[in-house]
Amino acid sequence: VPKPKRPRGPYDTDETPTPYEDATTYNNFFEFGAAKGDPAENAHTLKPRPWTIVIDGEVAKPQRVDLDTMQAWFPLEDRVYRMRCVEAWSMVIPWLGFPLAGLLRRVEPTSKAKYVAFTTLKDPTQMPGQRTDTLEWPYVEGLRLDEALHPLTMLAVGMYGKVLPNQNGAPLRLVVPWKYGFKGIKSIVRISLTEKEPPTTWNLANEREYGFFANVNPQVAHPRWSQATERRIGELRRRPTLPFNGYAEQVASLYTGMDLRKYF
Amino acid sequence: MASSPPLPWLKPAFLVGGLSPLALLLLELARGTLGANPIERVLNQTGMLALLVLVASLACTPLKLVTGWTWPPRVRKLLGLLGFGYALLHFLVYVGVDQGLRMGALLEDITKRPFITVGLLALVLLVPLAVTSTQGMVRRLGFPRWQRLHRLAYVAVSLGVVHFVWRVKQDVTEPLVYGGVLALLFAIRLAEAVRKRRARAALSAT
Repeated sequence: VPKPKRPRGPYDTDETPTPYEDATTYNNFFEFGAAKGDPAENAHTLKPRPWTIVIDGEVAKPQRVDLDTMQAWFPLEDRVYRMRCVEAWSMVIPWLGFPLAGLLRRVEPTSKAKYVAFTTLKDPTQMPGQRTDTLEWPYVEGLRLDEALHPLTMLAVGMYGKVLPNQNGAPLRLVVPWKYGFKGIKSIVRISLTEKEPPTTWNLANEREYGFFANVNPQVAHPRWSQATERRIGELRRRPTLPFNGYAEQVASLYTGMDLRKYF
Repeated sequence: MASSPPLPWLKPAFLVGGLSPLALLLLELARGTLGANPIERVLNQTGMLALLVLVASLACTPLKLVTGWTWPPRVRKLLGLLGFGYALLHFLVYVGVDQGLRMGALLEDITKRPFITVGLLALVLLVPLAVTSTQGMVRRLGFPRWQRLHRLAYVAVSLGVVHFVWRVKQDVTEPLVYGGVLALLFAIRLAEAVRKRRARAALSAT
């Protein structure tokens, strides 16, 4: 894997990116099946263009915007982030996208806006997994507004210098590197600012196992496995999991005074 | 009762058939085609094979009862031992490769995570059955006692199904299929036991 030629950005990890082949064939994207290889096999039915995103709720400028238009508002940035799945495996992925904060500021959140709710496309003809009820469709996720405005939080439209493959959440997905991967909602069609904490899909499916915050935390075990270590894809031995996935310096202050065992 | 043909190829065929998934797995491992997370693949495959082969071993007697075929019980021991072998391999890969022999982590898994506890218990219950699988042990224990002991197989495999149900993330269809087949096999054995008891009662009444 070629190292990025550009200078290392302030948020980049210098760890070796996971092979593209692995990052695009080992995916959790239940809209295309529950097995890791299913998305790569089935996601060709997704049509990532034309793509419209609705931005609404507690904003001064609600709108429907075409993705190409939205993308032109912001310069694309490369960001090499660690990605830690709640299932205790991890990858290093060079994303291509823009900070969510820029988009949110552009639509001007009102004083009532406390959270950001995201929604994935719901269309069983494009997403065959939605014909089964393994999860409640559409997939929904959410962040607290301060988390959404954090400079690490980004919307990705590409990875490894290429357009985002369908199985990785084309054409637009969320990347929040200090949280478990399931927070990174894929194929986003709606972004709503809300006053109340929005429902989130895995929390609805099993609230004992998946919390709203889902910050990477080696101290708080998943009920069925430990989160103390992880297997980096491509490595044999497990490595220790870092608090906030190694981004504690940047994000720990968002949670001062909070009991992270309770708000897991 | 007519004696069944000797079928000399029966056991070799089941042995080769039963070991071929392992050979394929090793071949894929050698060729590096197990995907992004080979350890997970090996764990899932060996666990699935253990359950499949053990359920097959439990199906031998019911199959004979339903069809009258005499060959299935002749491969029962072979399937039982093969299933135990896959379960043991599954456990060893988990302990040695997945967890890298980190004893603290293993102890925590076994004591704090019911799905691991139940899986380990299933394996432990299979050990006395594997040890007493020889003709010599049947003789030494006496058949009735040996038979009672080997009913543990149903408990062990049921625990294996529970282990699988508790492991999957969301869709429990596949483990429930195993559970359903197991329940069916148990029902056939139960019906046979009831039939035998009635026949004995009728016999003693005359």
